[in-house]
Amino acid sequence: MSATTATVGGGIARKVGSLHRERRWALVTAYISLVFSAIIMLAPPFYMLITSLKTSAEIADQKGNPWIVRNPTLMNYWELMTDKLFQGFFINSVIVTVIVVVLTMVISVLAAFALARMRFFGSQVLATGVFLTYLVPDTLLFIPLYQIVGGLGLLNSIWGLVLVYPTLTVPFCTWIMIGYFASIPKELDEAALIDGANWMQMLTKIFIPVALPGIIAATIFAFTVSWAAFVYPTAFVTTPDQMPLTIGVVSQLVRGDTFAWGQIMAGALLAALPPVIVYAFLMDYYIAGLTAGATKG
Amino acid sequence: MAQVTLRKIVKEYEGGVQAVKGIDLDIADHEFVVLVGPSGCGKSTTLRMIAGLEEITSGDIAIGGALVNDIPPRDRDIAMVFQNYALYPHMTVYDNMAFGLMLRKFDKGEIRRRVENAARILDIGMLLDRKPKALSGGQRQRVAMGRAIVRDPKVFLFDEPLSNLDAKLRVQMRTEIKKVHQTVKTTTVYVTHDQIEAMTLADRVVVMNHGVIEQVGPPQELYHHPATKFVAGFIGSPAMNFIPVRLEQGGAALNLELPGGIVLPVPADRTRRYTPHIGRELLFGLRPEHLTEVRPNDHRENMAVFEAVPEVVEPMGMETLLHFWMEGAEICARIDPATPAEPGRGLPLAADMNQMHLIDPKTDRVL
Repeated sequence: MSATTATVGGGIARKVGSLHRERRWALVTAYISLVFSAIIMLAPPFYMLITSLKTSAEIADQKGNPWIVRNPTLMNYWELMTDKLFQGFFINSVIVTVIVVVLTMVISVLAAFALARMRFFGSQVLATGVFLTYLVPDTLLFIPLYQIVGGLGLLNSIWGLVLVYPTLTVPFCTWIMIGYFASIPKELDEAALIDGANWMQMLTKIFIPVALPGIIAATIFAFTVSWAAFVYPTAFVTTPDQMPLTIGVVSQLVRGDTFAWGQIMAGALLAALPPVIVYAFLMDYYIAGLTAGATKG
Repeated sequence: MAQVTLRKIVKEYEGGVQAVKGIDLDIADHEFVVLVGPSGCGKSTTLRMIAGLEEITSGDIAIGGALVNDIPPRDRDIAMVFQNYALYPHMTVYDNMAFGLMLRKFDKGEIRRRVENAARILDIGMLLDRKPKALSGGQRQRVAMGRAIVRDPKVFLFDEPLSNLDAKLRVQMRTEIKKVHQTVKTTTVYVTHDQIEAMTLADRVVVMNHGVIEQVGPPQELYHHPATKFVAGFIGSPAMNFIPVRLEQGGAALNLELPGGIVLPVPADRTRRYTPHIGRELLFGLRPEHLTEVRPNDHRENMAVFEAVPEVVEPMGMETLLHFWMEGAEICARIDPATPAEPGRGLPLAADMNQMHLIDPKTDRVL
């Protein structure tokens, strides 16, 4: 009896041991690939950071290890932040982004609510059509859009950007919101209808609060797209006073064949800061919003 | 409080599928009516048409004497409890219950009075500050009922409200719903597929099948005097047994002859009713509780005794169910748990022929 028990016990121990080993290998492999990807991803911003802390002389110096700062300085940051032109780029980016985000969310939420909930003729086709427009890249769209913006007299103006950025943000945000609204049980609007709500009250008092994670996800997306847009401002804006950060930094800090590398890197890092802060605080909402409806609640 | 009247209600979906095929129903003031039937029988569609959540294809619906065909749900003065509760997840219990009153611009004091009164009736006073996710299934169901009660509507509509609860809680909540109706007395239309829920709750039960009403009546009437084979089979658990028989004249009396040679005598008081059907193939219906063990000194009249060999024996505690085959039909008998029974061993059973039903297989109507 005792011999049998010992054999069985040994068998279980071996099995458990092999499971532990399998799990350990899986973890080791996962860590190695994650560390490798992290190094690849973080190398450029890290190089930007150390370059931004160097003087022009140190950057130009061919001797020594380029990954190490010998005489760190915040001069590049100080010069940029006190530069009226750079401040103008920053303000332009803020104005355009804030207006585009607000416009996008108003249009997307209303459109998504109608497409997801108010069954009407062609709503399905329209919903798919909205998403399809997102698949057309901005590098193709900017040519016809140039004609339109030019026709409206908005070339070389931040208001032209306010007009065209929603063509990038509205389709995808509407799509996110349609998915989120569709995951809200139908009985909730029926309960609200019976409770006495009209469509607008249903949207403002039930759907928007319930879909807040989705709305935050869409807002972050719209913010990132508007803040980081490059093709449209490059095509539509020509004078520094109307430029947003993305093209301002590149176009104004490169004079002929002279690159102010330290300032370019400092400018790029400062420009990247707002999205980083937004993501850091709202990452959970962003993921929850994008994966809504993927699993049964 | 109000009566609800349905006149020739039809609901036809795109593609010509008729979910409800011209039903008529009168529900009295204060009445508790349960619509019961299998999935797809049109009971929920009917309820949703009363609520105004589904448009009617033709016919008329009146609540409190006023035609409501084209009136939106919010103006019908009804309240509805949904199967999945449909509580607003971002609001507290208090706000969930007060929401309808706030939209109707009730003053704050009145809202508080009504919510607290409903909370007292449903015993959820201590939950008012919680969000729905912090509540159990039973508590959520109570809040959903509270949301209906505070509105003091003309009609309560319940759409399978207990289906998401476990068996024990379902029985408990069933009693709660009955208690609430006895307290507030609001006209209630309740939809369920569970015939026990229908029997225990209803003043009148409406049995629906394939979009038509099979029978309307008090639970006991449906149970003892079903109008159709469907009602006879649907109401009662375990379901009524059906055995194909031939009705024959045997001297002055009538007999039911089974293909295997068993002859069951028809009670004398049924002779006149059944005489026109002599010689016909019919269906004999008898409930399991009327097929019992043979009791010593049983002096009841019209008991027919025959032997059965059970295939399965199910001891339930207060009774034992026997399952056996008879003329190609699976039959269930309900015997006293003290009676010894085991699979494969024959035992005599007594059929109480006073409780028999005869069904015309052509029309499926009970004769």
